Amino acid sequence: MTPFAFENRIWDRAETTPRDRLMALQLQRLRRTVARVAEVPYYKEAFARSGITPRKIKSLDDLRRLPFTTKDDLRRYYPLGFLAVPTEKIVRIHGSSGTTGRPTFVAYTARDRDTWANLCARFLVAGGLRPEHLVQITFGYGLFTGGFGLHYGIEKVGAAIIPAAAGNTPRHLMLIQDLKPQVLVGTPSYSLQIAEVARAQGIDPRSLGLKFAHFGGEPWTEDMRVEIEREFGLLAFNNYGLSEVIGPGVSGECVARRGMHIQEDHFLVECVNPDTLEPVPEGENGELVFTSLTKEAFPIIRYRTRDIASLDSSPCPCRRTTVRMSRVVGRTDDMLIVRGVNVFPSQIEEALLRVEGTAPHYLIEVDRPGAMDMITVKVEMRAQDFSDEMRVMEALRERIDREIQSITGIRVNVELIMPQTLKRSIGKANRVIDHRREKGLI
Amino acid sequence: MKIKQLSVFLENKPGRLSVPCKALSKAGINILTLSLADTRQFGILRLVLKDWQQAKQVLEGAGLVVNVTEVVAIEVADRPGGLAEVLEVIEQAGINLEYMYAFTFGSEDKAVLVFRFEDPDAAIKVLQSKGVNVVGSVELFDRAKH
Repeated sequence: MTPFAFENRIWDRAETTPRDRLMALQLQRLRRTVARVAEVPYYKEAFARSGITPRKIKSLDDLRRLPFTTKDDLRRYYPLGFLAVPTEKIVRIHGSSGTTGRPTFVAYTARDRDTWANLCARFLVAGGLRPEHLVQITFGYGLFTGGFGLHYGIEKVGAAIIPAAAGNTPRHLMLIQDLKPQVLVGTPSYSLQIAEVARAQGIDPRSLGLKFAHFGGEPWTEDMRVEIEREFGLLAFNNYGLSEVIGPGVSGECVARRGMHIQEDHFLVECVNPDTLEPVPEGENGELVFTSLTKEAFPIIRYRTRDIASLDSSPCPCRRTTVRMSRVVGRTDDMLIVRGVNVFPSQIEEALLRVEGTAPHYLIEVDRPGAMDMITVKVEMRAQDFSDEMRVMEALRERIDREIQSITGIRVNVELIMPQTLKRSIGKANRVIDHRREKGLI
Repeated sequence: MKIKQLSVFLENKPGRLSVPCKALSKAGINILTLSLADTRQFGILRLVLKDWQQAKQVLEGAGLVVNVTEVVAIEVADRPGGLAEVLEVIEQAGINLEYMYAFTFGSEDKAVLVFRFEDPDAAIKVLQSKGVNVVGSVELFDRAKH
């Protein structure tokens, strides 16, 4: 009996490099990266201020002497002020959509593109991809890195691709039925949409024959994984990346599925308290910060991802020696600090999902009426959850209360409210009102 | 023999009870009887009305959450001990009672008890076998007219 659901295969021997050798390689590459960005205006100024030169990087601990880079810094040098190579060396530009309208651009040299493909191949193979497979990609191909990154990785492995791209779910379903890919690539939520359309057409998603799925591009939960795996009868793997760091390929799960292995020979990771910027103890949630070690066109130093997750350096049965990151549990932008505890709207949503099956409309209100912070979660009542019996209704409220407490660790007030009383906004609904801010308390 | 009852979810806030009442009044729907159960934070309004289907549409149209359940109406003499006798039958038969409320038709010397049982069909069978007067919806709304 193998302890894994299928054969543990490793794409690149670098993934199992012993820690001491890996760290020596990281130091050497960090020095090279610091040298490479010395003429990038943002780093040039920051290095000059703190007297940093590549020779002063004597150990990996010296990373902490380097400046952080934020999304705002990238915006300030719009469009390509962070470029570290002459423009003729660039073979590709990608971008991430900004909520402010203008994307932030990133660039790749030919070698960067090859590195990227190799990193995607690593996690794809770790999660079951084999050269004989056929893969359907449901990510968009465009400025967004998801489609192209996975495409290159799959080509690198030698598997075949259906570049179906985003949108038109019935067509995706038809392609899956007719061409019978074994592997699905895209966002987890989109796979559920495919399942829903299949069911609407009287097709059992399990009959489609999908065996593996590689999901990324959005945060999701373990409960969602269970649901997707049950729905399709496949194994679903999580991968992580962001365009500022390279795109998909920063980390991904192996057969053991105990977190996502960070490709540490290409990226240095830190997990810090977003307020103090000090490292958090291993296992605790903090903001992930990445430094690229091999990128040529767009090297980045201590990039603050705003993604909250935890790190785990315990040995993995898959033999990879790299540190693993947990799922992204939230964004620093959404993080609420309530009575000293970090709470994310996504955690509340997960609790509601567990109790009610699908998340109802809700609103999180934070206030400090006296000395203590209070969270009130207002949940709109829906017909399927409503009962004429008081004890059933009280039990529902208590279940929500208990789930929220078990996920966030804090007590909240749960209020059941009448339907359609919460404001609906187009796009991303604003789920949080922090009255403490209005009162100038935080 | 069962009667349809509409339940409406309300927040326990000033003015919330008038939302369903105004909606029904505007549609010209009469309420035979009602009961309100409440906690500090929310309440459940239970309504018995003849045109329950239309009423459900009207209430949902007003943005309310409505649930339909079956209740049992029992007629008893409007005198001391009328309710106690029925409750004794229920108790002895081991029937699970969720909640109840009562009303009278004004001039008559009879009272109507509305019961929400876990299993209304089983309850009706037992009650009828003990000679309790279970009132069907046709009779109930007919009486209301007079």
